[in-house]
Amino acid sequence: MRDKQKTGRSIGKGSWLFLVLVLFFYGLVALLDVGLVIKAMNSFTRLLDKVLPVLLIVFILIFVVNLLLEPALVKKYLGHRSGLTGWLAALIGGVLSTGPVYPWYVLLKDLREKGMKTSLAAVFLYSRAVKLPLLPMLIHYFGITYTLVLLGYLILFSIFSGIAMEQIEYRQESLD
Amino acid sequence: MRDKIKKSARKTVVSFLNVLPIIFGMLLLTSLVVALFPEQLETGLFGKNNVIDAWIGATLGGIAAGHPLVSYVLGGELLHSGVSLYAVTALIVSWVTVGVAQLPAEVLMLGKRFAIYRNLLCYLSAIAIALLTVFTLHLIG
Repeated sequence: MRDKQKTGRSIGKGSWLFLVLVLFFYGLVALLDVGLVIKAMNSFTRLLDKVLPVLLIVFILIFVVNLLLEPALVKKYLGHRSGLTGWLAALIGGVLSTGPVYPWYVLLKDLREKGMKTSLAAVFLYSRAVKLPLLPMLIHYFGITYTLVLLGYLILFSIFSGIAMEQIEYRQESLD
Repeated sequence: MRDKIKKSARKTVVSFLNVLPIIFGMLLLTSLVVALFPEQLETGLFGKNNVIDAWIGATLGGIAAGHPLVSYVLGGELLHSGVSLYAVTALIVSWVTVGVAQLPAEVLMLGKRFAIYRNLLCYLSAIAIALLTVFTLHLIG
């Protein structure tokens, strides 16, 4: 569950450089076949019309989640807890956690040093695959049924990953 | 509270400005690929076998980098272009669960064994989720 984003909160040059490179590539293709580029641009405009309104909703939701959730809150409920509460806290914490994964690695490292189970760290990281603020985009492209089925499996597999990681850790400790 | 709102708004704007050019770039690339290879997308790399489709999707998603939102846009457009739902589902799942690019950081923070086993499990589960999701959708009708 890891978002492959930037570690910092500043505006990265990499993403803009990517756009510039794509535009440069378009320029090269235009030299060979202008008609193809016009066809692609028409398709791009149609896509943009569909995507932009959904993007707006997504970023409003991201703002709300940023406002309500802080790492300190997750830490409070994940700390030393285990049992069902810990699993639930890891699951919900992962689902609600936003932004780049790196700060969450730091939090999990800290929690593991304080006794957090391996399984809970795995559940937390996996359940980050459930992106609540991005659901409008997922529904827009794939429909509500697909989205619900996929979310169900993501939650189920986040628990499986926790159990599997715990087993791997247990076996490894037995061997050591 | 006002400070919190400001902080959250700033974080969201920065995130938006980071993601927007990538989404624009991905949409431009997708449009070009679809214009260039309309038939190949439907009958070429994908579509021979469900498990292989899911495997290719999971591999591409695992090595790809970018905001998860990009994977939804890319996956959605690939689906509309004729790529199978198995491949697209595996791509969007492994995009957010497997991270080759983040592996060094995960190894450093959470340990080598944890990071490698976890990523491997996530990679395999992306394939399993793709197969199960499409199977379930067929069952539902």
